[in-house]
Amino acid sequence: MWARAVWLGLRASAGGRRGFPSKAAHQGSRRVTAELIEHLERLALVDFGSQEAVARLEKAIAFADRLRAVDTDGVEPMESVLEDRCLYLRSDNVVEGNCAEELLQNSHRVVEEYFVAPPGNISWPKLDEKEPFSHR
Amino acid sequence: MATPMLRWCCPGRRWIFAGIGGGSRHGRGVPTGSTSSGKKGQSSVAQQPLITAQKPRKGEREWAAVVGLEIHAQIASNSKLFSGSQVDFAAPPNSLVSFFDASLPGTLPVLNRRCVEAAVMTGLALDCHINRKSLFDRKHYFYADLPAGYQITQQRLPIAVNGSLAYSVCVGKRWSQMVTRTVGVKQIQLEQDSGKSLHDNLRSQTLIDLNRAGVGLLEVVLEPDMSCGEEAAAAVRELQLILQALGTSQANMAEGQLRVDANISVHHPGEPLGVRTEVKNLNSARFLAKAIDYEIQRQISELENGGKILNETRSFDYKLGCTVPMRDKEGKQDYRFMPEPNLPPLLLYDSGSLPTGADPQQVIDIDQLRERLPELPRVTREKLVRQYGMLPEHSFALLNEVGLLEFFQNVIKETRAEPKKVTSWVLNTFLGFLKQQNLAVSESPVTPSALAELLDLLDRKAISSSAAKQVFEELWRSKGKTPAQMVAEKKLELMQDAEALEQLCRSMLEAHPQVVTDVKKGNPRAINKLIGLVRRATLGRADPTVIKEVLERQLSS
Repeated sequence: MWARAVWLGLRASAGGRRGFPSKAAHQGSRRVTAELIEHLERLALVDFGSQEAVARLEKAIAFADRLRAVDTDGVEPMESVLEDRCLYLRSDNVVEGNCAEELLQNSHRVVEEYFVAPPGNISWPKLDEKEPFSHR
Repeated sequence: MATPMLRWCCPGRRWIFAGIGGGSRHGRGVPTGSTSSGKKGQSSVAQQPLITAQKPRKGEREWAAVVGLEIHAQIASNSKLFSGSQVDFAAPPNSLVSFFDASLPGTLPVLNRRCVEAAVMTGLALDCHINRKSLFDRKHYFYADLPAGYQITQQRLPIAVNGSLAYSVCVGKRWSQMVTRTVGVKQIQLEQDSGKSLHDNLRSQTLIDLNRAGVGLLEVVLEPDMSCGEEAAAAVRELQLILQALGTSQANMAEGQLRVDANISVHHPGEPLGVRTEVKNLNSARFLAKAIDYEIQRQISELENGGKILNETRSFDYKLGCTVPMRDKEGKQDYRFMPEPNLPPLLLYDSGSLPTGADPQQVIDIDQLRERLPELPRVTREKLVRQYGMLPEHSFALLNEVGLLEFFQNVIKETRAEPKKVTSWVLNTFLGFLKQQNLAVSESPVTPSALAELLDLLDRKAISSSAAKQVFEELWRSKGKTPAQMVAEKKLELMQDAEALEQLCRSMLEAHPQVVTDVKKGNPRAINKLIGLVRRATLGRADPTVIKEVLERQLSS
């Protein structure tokens, strides 16, 4: 399920990716290396649990690569579909907050009025420590 | 291991720093224990490194250090950058958090006008080019105090670029030798603050308070034009004063409103720049310079011992007085920057480009903001020097203490005494008493009016200088009496009767012929005995300088 979400995400963001250099876009071959998978999994907390997921990823990249057929020389990239809209400026007044009780109900664990999180940052096992499934 | 002669010049200062204490602390043996990973809360004083100035020995190569700074200042606004929850330092945990701040689905960012104005004003004060169009981006990383999993910032096109910040450092041992330096301001950007993590190592958990999540920050990036801790500290101090004068941030480091990260590298002059490290957790004005200097020294040590500098993030451990590597399992961070899809570009206008018929609440006019800029510290200091003839370092001292300038100006308003006298009394006597008892100007038991009255008495020569100091001390200790009352009570008024003084001096000379002979023999100190005798006879109500004058006149006749 995660892999599918990633695939859809890739489709949607393919248009907006131009401004940011990304490893995948610059790779000549369609191969996605094991290192890249591990990198993506750690960055996005997704789980490419199977070989099919990786294959789907590679197909998605190939699909997006077809954009290269379009000549965009001298065309300014579009950063946002909202670029012609006016950015609304809010007055500096306090109108929200004071709902600690409501918010804390969302948390699995609560100590007094604090959210409880695991210590430090979210750890991630290294590539060789994980359960291996064979990458191509 | 022999301690190498570590030499590193702060350009323009001509200081050479000798190696610090043990090569044992540097080199490979840098402690890697876990440190306080919270963003504030530092306790005991770090060890003072031994620094001596020495001439460079022949054959040894100099080192140059390069320091760049990233400064985060919390914007002084009522509500947060993208939501309407309150900005406050001390409040019950999670009580100042809106649904957007907690990153609940279905919420959207709405930009706070005040924060944009604060950014523009700061950019103008630092002589930046204000970008008429700037963009918002998402910077992704996972941490429990960042509920959305990303921070909204301005990475591609920030609101202001290419400015400069002028600051002063003292070269030499005394304050009086000050030079002005400039550091380039690379950019200023608007971004969100994260929440606060409280690490509970005992129960292996982290407690999260999101009150701070979403508060507006100004990130000011200073170019690597600085070369030592002192320059960096001076630049930060000046930026602090500017932000406070503008009102865009209270910039109080102790309350976490101003945080500094430093990028530090060393190299031999003429050679390419070295690998740089980033030192975070510099949240104390006192230790900023020390931490940077420590890191410079550490890098020099490491390289002179044949080691290599890793491009890593380090933290300053206040207790140990050294920098330590931060736990960084993932290696180089990949923030996957992307445009913030929910915010159109931010457009700013000036008087020439204002769209007609636009709602004034919805447009920001840069020229209008420029006109309304408050007076900057640099200008205030120049005015003080011009108007009152004080030395530059005095103007610095007056602006360096909260409320001191206002106190000074109030005294000037009410007294007829000369400005130089007022400056001296405020900076030496008044400030001295404040510092001794660790008080702020607002807590001073002596009011500007009281000091003004005292200085008037002194100016009229109604009391002597030493009597004035006595009265001041008395004013400090007990309230309720005016200086005039105290002078009357303690009978401190100077003798106004010149004739009586002449008589007294003459009789004293007659009574002590031996001392007179001593003076005539050419012993300059002998006259002090006479002065002392006369003073005691007048019960301290005669000015010693006047006594001396009278005696000398009488002796020579």
